[in-house]
Amino acid sequence: MNHALTITNLTKVYDNEFEALKGISLVVKQGDFFALLGPNGAGKSTTLGIVSSLVNKTSGTVKVFGYDIETDLVKAKTQLGVVPQEFNFNQFEKVFDIVVTQAGYYGIPAVEAKISAEKYLKKLGLWDKRDEPARLLSGGMKRRLMIARALVHEPNLLILDEPTAGVDIELRRSMWDFMRELNEQQGTTIILTTHYLEEAEALCRNIAIIDQGRILANTSKKELLQKVSAETFVLDLDKPINSAPELEGFECRLNKDGCLEVGVAQEQDINTLFTELNKQSINVMSMRASSSRLEELFIRMVEGEE
Amino acid sequence: MGFNKTLIAFQTIVVKEIRRFMRIWVQTLLPPAITMTLYFVIFGNLIGPRIGEMNGHKYMDFIVPGLIMMSVITNSYANVVSSFFGMKFQRSIEELIVSPVPNWVILTGYVTGGVVRGLLVGLIVTLLSLGFTDLQVHSPLVMVSVALLTAILFSLGGFINAMFATKFDDISIVPSFILTPLTYLGGVFYSISLLPDFWQAVSLANPILYIVNAFRFGILGVTDIDVGVAFLMIIGFTVVLFCLSLHLLNKGKGIRS
Ligand SMILES: Nc1ncnc2c1ncn2[C@@H]1O[C@H](COP(=O)(O)OP(=O)(O)OP(=O)(O)O)[C@@H](O)[C@H]1O
Ligand SMILES: [Mg+2]
Repeated sequence: MNHALTITNLTKVYDNEFEALKGISLVVKQGDFFALLGPNGAGKSTTLGIVSSLVNKTSGTVKVFGYDIETDLVKAKTQLGVVPQEFNFNQFEKVFDIVVTQAGYYGIPAVEAKISAEKYLKKLGLWDKRDEPARLLSGGMKRRLMIARALVHEPNLLILDEPTAGVDIELRRSMWDFMRELNEQQGTTIILTTHYLEEAEALCRNIAIIDQGRILANTSKKELLQKVSAETFVLDLDKPINSAPELEGFECRLNKDGCLEVGVAQEQDINTLFTELNKQSINVMSMRASSSRLEELFIRMVEGEE
Repeated sequence: MGFNKTLIAFQTIVVKEIRRFMRIWVQTLLPPAITMTLYFVIFGNLIGPRIGEMNGHKYMDFIVPGLIMMSVITNSYANVVSSFFGMKFQRSIEELIVSPVPNWVILTGYVTGGVVRGLLVGLIVTLLSLGFTDLQVHSPLVMVSVALLTAILFSLGGFINAMFATKFDDISIVPSFILTPLTYLGGVFYSISLLPDFWQAVSLANPILYIVNAFRFGILGVTDIDVGVAFLMIIGFTVVLFCLSLHLLNKGKGIRS
């Protein structure tokens, strides 16, 4: 079986001689939900731009469902649906026309194109806006319009470059459900970039981390999370204490809100921590992780490289 | 893409293009109608009788073919240059780039859009001219084929201009500094036989002269130059510009980084 996406030794040098990709290799399996993570300027959009023909590669190969974008470009393109980072539709055109026109570019007859456009505009909550010019939509709606446009020809591989940037929390959750449904029920392979790591943690099965044009990690989410050797917990105490207690085997400190922050290594169990706290008659009211585990790992990896 | 899908993609582009200039008809169809009516009134009605005959025809009748061609030229050029540059500017060109539409279909789609607008405006101006003169068509075949070829040629010109343009100024430079002067000097308002020998020879280097004269031949049956040569020139230029446009598009000039 062909992989949905195979990237081998891909490099990109822009016209201004900036080396945005320094030889990256990636494989995304068919049916996967894949996250490409990395700080601003890491090369995420450049990578996805090359896959979707918006950016010329300098060297290396890219295959979409086995079709090389150099030799089988048309076949590769028919597999793809692309949601770019920046808005790229005609602001004066009507929402419905934008989606139907896109279907036409894939050779879908008008009748079918209209049915499919209606389906996806409804799913993305834009049906009421179908006759509005695109420029009158809110930022979050524009993003959803681009998703509807990318799906109208029902691609096998959906590329989403920061699809939830500027989308409110409630809507983001409903977009997550939508993307999950697409992946699980329609079998669409999804590649997404995001700066919300909890999004990647909630949705994706495999993750690659890219920084300064290089892949730092490329593995399953589960394996990646196991690499997080320690987690920091924040404990709310029933009464304030003046200084951080000495706990045997645990690092801890008081933060500026008067909460206790404790580092717990993977092999340590949390019961021991509570036993230690009990010994010193410190009562814990509630407890939470200081940040998502993926976030801790991400920060450590990206900083460690510099 | 198979034949049917390619045809659908082509239709999609053409329909979108027509919808675009129809949506803004006040900017696209109305101005040439007004300008040309003014030309008919001022040059034809008011000044024309004082000039008398030109190449054996009333001055009004003499300028009508040139003015129709002038509208075809400006409108086919303007349609493609502003639409395609607008797509580049708003990045909606990316909708086409990510999709499997072959480049030659993109090019012919946009050119067809420009041709439809050029010919539609040409038709409007022709109908308006009937209020000032009763045209007898000498050779409908020559008239229609020259109009069509001209619309194709200048749509291609607009396309190339849009490919090179990086800012809005760039799309008005060619029309104001090249197209308009060449049209005025292309024998729309006078027969080049009125010019001294030297300027007659210089005029022969102006492609628009051939277009205007061939079209005038189609309507009035008079021309300053050989109509066969005119056809060869127009077709030659069209082929060259088509190849250049396709080459630029394949390279992704100004579109892909
Ligand atoms: N057209 C271009 N010309 C020159 N350099 C560019 C161009 N586009 C991007 N770059 C540079 O390439 C690098 C990678 O950019 P890219 O857009 O791929 O980053 P990204 O990972 O998507 O970042 P972000 O999270 O901010 O979207 C950046 O340093 C950027 O400045
Ligand atoms: Mg980006």
